Amino acid sequence: MPTSSKLIVMGGSWGGIQASLSVLKDLPASYSIPIILVLHRLRNQEGSLQEVFARKLLLQVAEVEEKEPALPGHVYLAPANYHVLLEKDHTFSLDDSEQENYSRPSIDVTFTSAADVFGENTVGILLSGASRDGSSGLKYIFEKGGMAVAQDPHEAEVATMPQAAIDSIPGCSIMNVARIKEFLLSLHEH
Amino acid sequence: MKPRADELFEQEVEALIRDIHTTYGYDFSGYARASVYRRVKRFLGHKHLPGMDALRERLFSDSFFFENFLQEITVNVTEMFRDPTFFLSLRQHVLPILSTYPFIKIWDAGCSTGEELFSLAILLEEEGLLGRTKIYATDINQKVLKQAKEGIFPASSMAAYAAAYYAAGGKRDFAGYYTSNYGSVKFASSLVRNVVFYPHNLATDTSFNEFHLVVCRNVLIYFNRQLQERVFNLFDESLVSLGYLALGKKETLAMSGISPRYDIMDKSNRIYRKVS
Repeated sequence: MPTSSKLIVMGGSWGGIQASLSVLKDLPASYSIPIILVLHRLRNQEGSLQEVFARKLLLQVAEVEEKEPALPGHVYLAPANYHVLLEKDHTFSLDDSEQENYSRPSIDVTFTSAADVFGENTVGILLSGASRDGSSGLKYIFEKGGMAVAQDPHEAEVATMPQAAIDSIPGCSIMNVARIKEFLLSLHEH
Repeated sequence: MKPRADELFEQEVEALIRDIHTTYGYDFSGYARASVYRRVKRFLGHKHLPGMDALRERLFSDSFFFENFLQEITVNVTEMFRDPTFFLSLRQHVLPILSTYPFIKIWDAGCSTGEELFSLAILLEEEGLLGRTKIYATDINQKVLKQAKEGIFPASSMAAYAAAYYAAGGKRDFAGYYTSNYGSVKFASSLVRNVVFYPHNLATDTSFNEFHLVVCRNVLIYFNRQLQERVFNLFDESLVSLGYLALGKKETLAMSGISPRYDIMDKSNRIYRKVS
């Protein structure tokens, strides 16, 4: 299967599961851009998150496996206890090094790595969360010419994470969940 | 178009990998690049080095500095009883089979600072097997081997390790395995009385013994497919018939040429058995 020249990376913490489900719910199974989702969760928690997403989405839901390519029509969940990195050939690498921002998986790590590979074709979306993880990665995406989107803090269950991004990225787009969904649909190439 | 700075950095890392091989003999050519780039950038930041030229100058003029670099480039983050269900599975399904051998040999490949090694030793002790088990603990890095031998870990980690120990089927008082001193704890040296520590590089060294169990968790994720395949063959050569191979939770034998000779014993904990 051909890989995509674009990539969507999405991150969330507290309130992020609900927000990401709402964003992704109506995206078609044929959606043309691979999506990587990094959600903070409890350490050593097993894969039930995958079932929750698989039940509600039209897209294929898979946990990231190392060396597998990021393909269109898929949402890839970062596994508990590993950072997710991207290789130049659009395959995944996993990394169990130090936590970043008290998190592994860390949103910053994946956002940064995605921008290194996909550059201006990276779309970063930061959703609800009580952490400061994600904003420096989102800033890095923006600096590489990619698109930085933060969930509207007024709507987010916890505003800390998207607000941190908005405060540090002057060109950050602020959207509510409905608007993010529309935006993602507009990127879809039939 | 990708900005040129990235490409330049990547070329510089490739040149560095070649020169490290020539100068120090360590071969990183088979390491997955995304992680190498990230580790190098991180190291530059921590050492306040302005760029790759400064890094090269230090690395090739100061072997002590290189040792330090080696430790940072190879990930040495580890913990005791990581993935407690893995250790529980080992205790319930693998050790009873190993106990049928008069003498047991285990290879802990990539033992890092020893947290996994001490976890294995505690398991073997509680199952009454430690006295007739010899563990070979190897790592690419001499410095972490020294740490592993000492068995000194931060006291602040003990609460989490104790919880993981009980989740892994721990039968005793976890605190009974160590003595505390100034923010550190030291695990009983009797746990590693039958352990031999020595440097072994999975990327370049050969098989050196035959084992009933090879444990190598979260090491292969840092290697490309080609190097992974080399290591799988190395493990295959190093396992007795009906021996066990334990990988990390996100590592798999599935894509390997040796996989037809292996049964998967515990899928979620990635425990394989050599059946032919």
